[in-house]
Order: sequence, then C-alpha cells, then structure tokens
Amino acid sequence: MSEKPAILELKNVNKSFGPIDVLHNISLQIRQGEVLCLLGDNGAGKSTLIKVLSGVHKPTSGEILMDGKAVSFGRPGAAQERGIATVHQFGGTFPLMSIGRSFFVGLEPTKGWGPFKIYDRKRANEIAVKAVRDFGITRIDDGDRLVGGLSGGERQSLAIARAVHFGARVLILDEPTAALGVKQAAHVLRIVNEAKRRGLAVVFITHQVMHAMAVGDHFAVLIRGAIAADFRKREKTREEITDLMAGGETMADLEAEIEHELHA
Amino acid sequence: MTAHPVTSTPTPMANRGRSGLALGRLARRPETGSFLGMVAVFLFFAIFGGSGFLSAAGTASWLSIASEIGIIALPIGLLMIAGELDISVGAVIPAASLTAAIVSGYYGLPDWLGITAALGLGLAIGLINGVFVTRTTIPSLIITIGTMFGTMGLTLGLTVMIAGSTGVSLVPDELTKTLLGQYLGGMFQVTILWWLVYIAALLWLLHISPVGNWIYALGGDKESARNAGIPTKRLTIGLFMLSGFSAAFVGVSQVMVYQSAQVLAGQSFIFNSIMCVVIGGVLLTGGFGSVVGIVFGTITFSIVNQGIYFTSIDPNMGSVIIGALLLIAVLTNDTFRQLALSYSSKKA
Repeated sequence: MSEKPAILELKNVNKSFGPIDVLHNISLQIRQGEVLCLLGDNGAGKSTLIKVLSGVHKPTSGEILMDGKAVSFGRPGAAQERGIATVHQFGGTFPLMSIGRSFFVGLEPTKGWGPFKIYDRKRANEIAVKAVRDFGITRIDDGDRLVGGLSGGERQSLAIARAVHFGARVLILDEPTAALGVKQAAHVLRIVNEAKRRGLAVVFITHQVMHAMAVGDHFAVLIRGAIAADFRKREKTREEITDLMAGGETMADLEAEIEHELHA
Repeated sequence: MTAHPVTSTPTPMANRGRSGLALGRLARRPETGSFLGMVAVFLFFAIFGGSGFLSAAGTASWLSIASEIGIIALPIGLLMIAGELDISVGAVIPAASLTAAIVSGYYGLPDWLGITAALGLGLAIGLINGVFVTRTTIPSLIITIGTMFGTMGLTLGLTVMIAGSTGVSLVPDELTKTLLGQYLGGMFQVTILWWLVYIAALLWLLHISPVGNWIYALGGDKESARNAGIPTKRLTIGLFMLSGFSAAFVGVSQVMVYQSAQVLAGQSFIFNSIMCVVIGGVLLTGGFGSVVGIVFGTITFSIVNQGIYFTSIDPNMGSVIIGALLLIAVLTNDTFRQLALSYSSKKA
C-alpha cells in the first residue's frame, strides 16, 4: 500500500502545555508525492500539530523522523532549512509589498559585491512571475504589482509557488481554502495537485471534506488531539468522514445541516 | 511554416505595462500624492508670496528648515515603514547640543570630542529604545515617550548642575564651522548638503539594498518577517539607533550654527518630523512609503512653515494650513494606496 518513501514521520508524538494535553500519541507518515489531509474540527489540535511539524513547538515526547532519521527542530528556521515550508491561511502576508519583493523576502537576489550589494528587482520580478505562471496562474504578469491586489486564491498560489521555488520538500498548507470562494478554492486545489505531481509531500489541513477528497491520497481525522481515523483514498465515503469529524454526533442532524449548507 | 502544437506558452511579458500604463504606474507609487501636494503648495506660495518667496533668500529659508527636519524625518520615516515610532528625537536634539556644548564649550575640549560624545549619546539612546522595543511588548510610542522624558530630565538636571544655567555657548573652530555651521553664499545653511547626503544614503538603504526589503516586510507583518529569516530584532534596534544618531546629528549641527545650546530646543521636531513623513505618503501602521515621498513631505511642510511669512496671511494661521494639509495628505495618500492595491482584477 505504501510504496512511496516517507519524508517526514511522527512516532507517538505527545504535546502538552503545562497540565493541558493537546496532542496524544500522534503517529503519521508524510510521503513524497502524496497529499495527506489532516481533517478536524476547530480545536481538535490541528494547529498545534502543524506547529510541531514546522518546528515552532517541540513535542513533549515522541519522535519526529525525517528521511528515517530522528530530527529535532529548535526553531522554525531549522525546519525551513530542511525543506519544510508552511503556508498560512492568507498566503502572502505583506499586502503592500510587490510580488517580486514579497516572493524573495529574506532571500533577496542581489547583484554587486560586498557592502554595495543591491537588490536585483528585475531578476526578482522575473523569477517570481515565472514561478507562479508555471503553476498555471497566468493572470500574474507584472512583478511590481502589490500582493494585496491579488485574489485570495492567487495569493495562496503565490505562497505555494514561493515555497516550492525555495526547495520545499514538505508543504504544510494551513486551511488554504477556508476563506475562498468556490472558484478560487478550485484554483488552489489544482495547485496542490501540481505540487504533488512535482513530488512534494503535502500536508493539507482543512475542515472542508469536499476539498480534502478532491486532492487527498491519505486522510487522518483528528479529534481532541488524537487520531481518530487514518485511512487512504476511497476507503471511506464523504458521509463517513464527516461523521468521524463530528466525533459521533447525531448523524441525521449533521447531515441535514450540511445538506442545507451545500444548497445555500 | 511548420505546424506547431498549440500549447499555452506563456506570452512574453517583459514589456507589458511599461509604455501604455506609464501614467497608471506612476499613480501607484507611494510618493505621487505627496508630489502633487508639494507642487500645489509651491504654486500657492509662489503666487501669494511673490518675489520674496521665490528669491534666493526665500528659498534658503525653507531649505534650511527642511534640511534640519529632513535629516530626522528620513530615519523616522524608515521606522514608521517598519511599524515603529520614535518620539524621543525631541529630547535627543537638545541633549546632543548640550553634550557638544558642555564638552567642547564649557570644558574647552576639542570639537571632535564633543561631537563624538554627542553622536554617541544619540546612538546610545537609540540602542536603549531598540532594546526595550524588541524585548518587551510595549508599543514603541510609549517606550520612546518614556525615554524622551528621561532624556529631557537628565539633560536639564545635568546641564544646570554642570554649567549652572539652562544654556551653554560654544564657539566652533574653523574646520567644524566649515563642515557643520557655515552659511553657503551667506544664506544657505550647510546642513542642506548633509541632508542631500542623508537622502542619497537612505534612498540606497531602503530602495536599493536588500535591507530595504526587510524594512518593508517588518512593517508589513513582523511575525512573517521573522519566519522568513529576517533578523527582525537587530533590524529594529539598528533603525532606532539610526534615528537617535540622526537627531543627535541635527543637535550638533544646530549648536555649530547657532553657537549655543538650549535645554528646551527640539520639542517641535517630534510632531513636525512625523507630519513630514505622513504627508510624504508613509502609512502610519507601517509597510508602505518611500524616501522620495518623505523628502517631498518635508519640502511641503517647510514651504508652508516659511512661505507664510512672505504672504499677507497672519503667520499664526500657518498651523491651520499645516493641519489641513496633513488631513488632505492622509486622505489622498489613502486614495493612491487603494489605487495601487486595486490595480489588477480588471479582466476578471
């Protein structure tokens, strides 16, 4: 079943903040060229899990393996250097910066030498625009445009393209479609597929089952900090997953609610 | 022609939006609003201030004012782009003036020693501001108000204790006078040349060097900037030290020009410099602005400040014009910023 190698693996990871246990015994495998969908309702521990994966938090106990070897990320930068990139809900967070500038923030291309190194605006713009266009966002053609002028989906795409450009192997997407309309969300899902096609391991965090099913190869449902279900594509139906996420709440009520939502 | 498979090859984009949209491109720059404001104010005073305002002496009067405020407004502007404020400059100016005057005037030590001590003091206060801002979660507005009062109190107390009065005089030597205190052509304060040096240096820092990108990122979103690997703390401390140094520089050049230092000088610089920066199109909450804009804002402010004396308008009304100008500037800058942001989704 699991032909592809796991890039990142969690083994019995626990995380508690003081007396509060947030994650219990999490074991997960994140494989190359696969999309792992992390499903869970608000407060299920999704964000804490992302923070453990991206090096913001250290697990209280348990192991993180990268390429089969135990690793410990002391700070977010360390995980980034190992190729673990996190893209947050609103993508590029510098609305008033140009596409080229925000793409290269912290890693500016320069020309010149020594203390006279200058920011290479032209090259930054060219690379940034090409990187997003390669992901199929052809509406972006001017690197001087401000990020704040892009649509939500375009911003997400820009952020993903940025992570991929800088050599990410594991892409953690924190609710990338949550704030988007249907069309924009489809846009982002296409980009997720493209990242997967390029061999990245993608962790896709969402509570929208439809979005998860559109791109996921592997699913994990998180309830109150523990993995309640771990299954592969086509092993469960949408209804079953939704039911799982709700944590055993009366199915009929939930169904009605969701049906209502879908028709609205 | 051979048949090519029709694939969606990206069209060459290098030249798009260059020629036809030149005007639109200009309208999206942060300094456009402030440029228009500057031209309007200049025309207003050229018409109502007449030949007096346009004369060399008239020009010298606003340029000299502009250079002193400008040297402080530029680093304040960078701090504001990075999302911080520095109120303490108002106290650093007299503190630096008096340090130089006491060391070189009262004690009679060489000028360079007094100047070094004064600039060192500015850097030190900047360092204190920066360390407090990066180590605590207190807004920089509050922290620098605190250091302003601390510096003010120490300046007053120590000056009276050492020199026995609230003013100390200093007669600079020839070299110092030439570099910092002379009037070029009998009317243009030499500070104007230093301002030009400042403009060139900060233009380079903010718009050409990669550090400029860090400053914008810091003001855009501190958390993301840190995650992107930018040394946010060092950068913040550096910017505060730059503003402390610049305020001290203005303090030193004032004492060399006026040959005396007063404890209560410099208060007006706090609001005036912030006003120049805001008129210049810098977003108060950070992340947006330009050096050229700040320069335009400074010139606009100084023209109103001095131009009023060349008109028949009551000079006391000058503040009314400046106040109105500030509001108009913020409104138009908001408009231009929206224009910059909304430029995009026309072909949806």
